Amino acid sequence: MSTDSKILDAKAPDGPIDERWTRHKDRINLVNPANKRLIDVIVVGTGLAGGSASATLAELGYNVKAFAYQDSPRRAHSIAAQGGINAAKNYQGDGDSAYRLFYDTVKGGDYRSRESNVYRLAEVSTNIIDQCVAQGVPFARDYGGLLDNRSFGGVLVSRTFYAKGQTGQQLLLGAYSAMNRQIARGKIEMFNRHEMLDVVVVDGKARGIIARNLVTGEIERHSAHAVVIASGGYGNVYFLSTNAMGSNTTAAWKIHKKGAYFANPCFTQIHPTCIPRSGDYQSKLTLMSESLRNDGRIWVPKNMDDVVAIREGRKKPTDLSEAERDYYLERRYPAFGNLVPRDVASRAAKERCDAGYGVNKTGEAVYLDFKSAIQRYGKEQAKIKGIDNPSESQILELGEGIVEAKYGNLFQMYEKIVDENPYKTPMMIYPATHYTMGGIWVDYNLMTTIEGCFAIGEANFSDHGANRLGASALMQGLADGYFVLPYTIGDYLSNDIRTGSISTDSPEFAEAEKSVKDRIDFFVNNKGEHSVDYYHKKLGKIMWDKCGMARNEKDLKEAISEISELRADFWKNVVVPGSADEMNAELEKAGRVADFLELGELFAKDALEREESCGGHFREEHVTEDGEAKRDDENFAYVAAWEYKGEPSDAQLHKEQLEFNDIKLKQRSYK
Amino acid sequence: MNLTLKIWRQKSPKDQGKMVDYPVSDISEHMSFLEMMDVLNETLIAKGEEPVAFDHDCREGICGMCSMYINGEAHGPDRGVTTCQLHMRKFKDGDTIYIEPFRAKAFPVIKDLSVDRSSFDRIQQAGGYISVNTSGNTQDANAIPIPKDDADLAMDAATCIGCGACVATCKNSSAMLFVGAKVSQYALLPQGQVEASQRVQNMVKQMDDEGFGNCTNTGACEVECPKGISLTNIARLNREFLSAKASSKN
Ligand code: SF4
Ligand code: FES
Repeated sequence: MSTDSKILDAKAPDGPIDERWTRHKDRINLVNPANKRLIDVIVVGTGLAGGSASATLAELGYNVKAFAYQDSPRRAHSIAAQGGINAAKNYQGDGDSAYRLFYDTVKGGDYRSRESNVYRLAEVSTNIIDQCVAQGVPFARDYGGLLDNRSFGGVLVSRTFYAKGQTGQQLLLGAYSAMNRQIARGKIEMFNRHEMLDVVVVDGKARGIIARNLVTGEIERHSAHAVVIASGGYGNVYFLSTNAMGSNTTAAWKIHKKGAYFANPCFTQIHPTCIPRSGDYQSKLTLMSESLRNDGRIWVPKNMDDVVAIREGRKKPTDLSEAERDYYLERRYPAFGNLVPRDVASRAAKERCDAGYGVNKTGEAVYLDFKSAIQRYGKEQAKIKGIDNPSESQILELGEGIVEAKYGNLFQMYEKIVDENPYKTPMMIYPATHYTMGGIWVDYNLMTTIEGCFAIGEANFSDHGANRLGASALMQGLADGYFVLPYTIGDYLSNDIRTGSISTDSPEFAEAEKSVKDRIDFFVNNKGEHSVDYYHKKLGKIMWDKCGMARNEKDLKEAISEISELRADFWKNVVVPGSADEMNAELEKAGRVADFLELGELFAKDALEREESCGGHFREEHVTEDGEAKRDDENFAYVAAWEYKGEPSDAQLHKEQLEFNDIKLKQRSYK
Repeated sequence: MNLTLKIWRQKSPKDQGKMVDYPVSDISEHMSFLEMMDVLNETLIAKGEEPVAFDHDCREGICGMCSMYINGEAHGPDRGVTTCQLHMRKFKDGDTIYIEPFRAKAFPVIKDLSVDRSSFDRIQQAGGYISVNTSGNTQDANAIPIPKDDADLAMDAATCIGCGACVATCKNSSAMLFVGAKVSQYALLPQGQVEASQRVQNMVKQMDDEGFGNCTNTGACEVECPKGISLTNIARLNREFLSAKASSKN
């Protein structure tokens, strides 16, 4: 492996941290409104980042072409985010501020994010809430009619805004409505059921994409003055994840292959509270919102006898007394208890299950229990309602009422999947892949290492370091799309006002189109014997077993060679039924899995290279005496940005050194 | 369990289409309905046949992408769920299951069980928004308190996932529940008042232009709606529409 001595320049402005964004905005070049009409922008993906960016760019006057593989922009996977969105509004008067949100995010990310970007995120967070309320997003309110908040893991203030357990849905529908207004005005041209299959680079600048119409199979050329990638994360490299079935890395991977560096691929978030796996046929995992950890307590039995009895059905969890339960998060992390950050909570669950205390047949489940909360709320309500000496059943009824009002839809979802009533018996949960902090490297302007190609939302790497705090993904997606990119893209496009429209009739377009068509032809003509899912499942198993919640050198090396063998086999033996010129789900999947098979190897390589434990990246060789992650700031306080050089094994590492001037590097402690 | 599936196969929009029988075996009751379909498709691929096309994405009941008309019901026999949330424990060994696409004039079939619901998007484009620029220069979010009850009702209406089960279920293929939900969300909030009259007229006009039928109050939509969108939203839509008509000058 060769390492570049050149240090990547993030182009972050200097000066006092709380003035950087304002000063940057004051200095960057603008495009005047008449000229914006002459400029086209392609946005790939219509989730919170892509949807909000499309709407805002169109409002500003640019001609936007938006692409979604789903049948409507409203179905992008941001829709599934449950818990909430952070903003430093300090409505609760509990001492919140932009600085505190910035601090929590940098600390939560285990000091592997860029200070300037994170401060900007915290700063614009308050605008997001104002904006969304103006759009008619029905956030939860208290009885006085003001906005309500709740707490999420890793922080000590209440700054999370929410709309029941469907916050992502409501925010996305807000962005979708803003898009609809622009679609109606003709400022956004919407391409539903279209998938981007390559980016076209002309004279070093991103000038368009090649897309496949997923209904007719037609391969189309689309040109623009800039291309924005907002295609989400790559969690589906694990096959099983909480991502949607179609979530993929193809758009991000294609720009990587054309010159965009891919940063920190090994920084993946394994979310602690998901519904455990039930069998081999499983196609995806379902998340139970982190907000449940506000009131739910996590435990496993203290005694192995009880574990065995529960697995064999001789005992029920409700039979165990308080003394027989091990509330292991409260035991290990008294200060944060059940609200430790996600990476910490996930590893603690794995630790108990690896020690044999898992409570279901697979041995991979812990309890999330609402009994105490139901009791506490029940008693509180009885007081409020003036009921003296309430009976046990009255308390339960009142308490369950409150829990239902707060988490009703999540409880219902659990019951539908597992067929057990979570009001009466504790839920079973286990960690699952949920979010990817790594992604396309971008500078302060959110531009990738290809000029004119931008990456926003989960698709980029920028704000969450090695671990993302709860309720920060929605914040970042909307911050990038509504408030950051619309300014910074102008700086780049100001040089393009005289360019005129970009022709698709160039050798670069022809070449990109040909390589896309060749690959499709290969798939539909290959006489292989294994389905795409066969390979995807195999890849997922390697990733989960060897690049999952805990990693070590031996496993990672094995993963690298196994993935590369699997990839070679895929290109020989994959079978794709049907033809290229029709709706063909298997063909779509084949292209996506081909890209995952490359990304997976780079992921393992990055994890191998990062010889420290930080955030979601836990190297078994690097732990403190009490088993916590041990960071190495001396040698690894950098962003690992990989340049494509052919095979993943040839990828070249570039480093962006991280500087911490406003926050002191400390060991992250939640004890 | 072992099942017989009778599935609508249609190669393209122009193709006639027909029901085809497929036996499936060893289905676990813990599988979701779509995982059962995955099993079927894997067997079809192994035999060199074309898998059944169907829409799906989130598989957790929120994106609204999955559809399917199962044994004569949109999203199948369970209540309050989408097809992706339906589990095989709702069926018995030996059952025959009829699986068809959502059918409506405004939802043409693309292939097999996949239909085109872009008419829903066009209704939203006709007025399903509040005209506020996303500049960030709006007033503070807490400047206008909104009574909790109104906010909660708006939220209930806003939970519509745009799946189209209401249309598929309605004997008239009416989209009133879907449109009522969006109109209600904004009608219940102060932010939505300014454009209320225009919005409801434009959305209803687009709904009619798309070829959705009239509402005759049979209430089937409410029963099949996976998100529990209530008929009161249709009543509110009617009220909004009538008062908009009455006050509009033309
Ligand atoms: S009203 Fe219900 S059935 Fe109709 S589209 Fe919305 S969620 Fe689906
Ligand atoms: S697949 Fe998203 S609602 Fe069913």
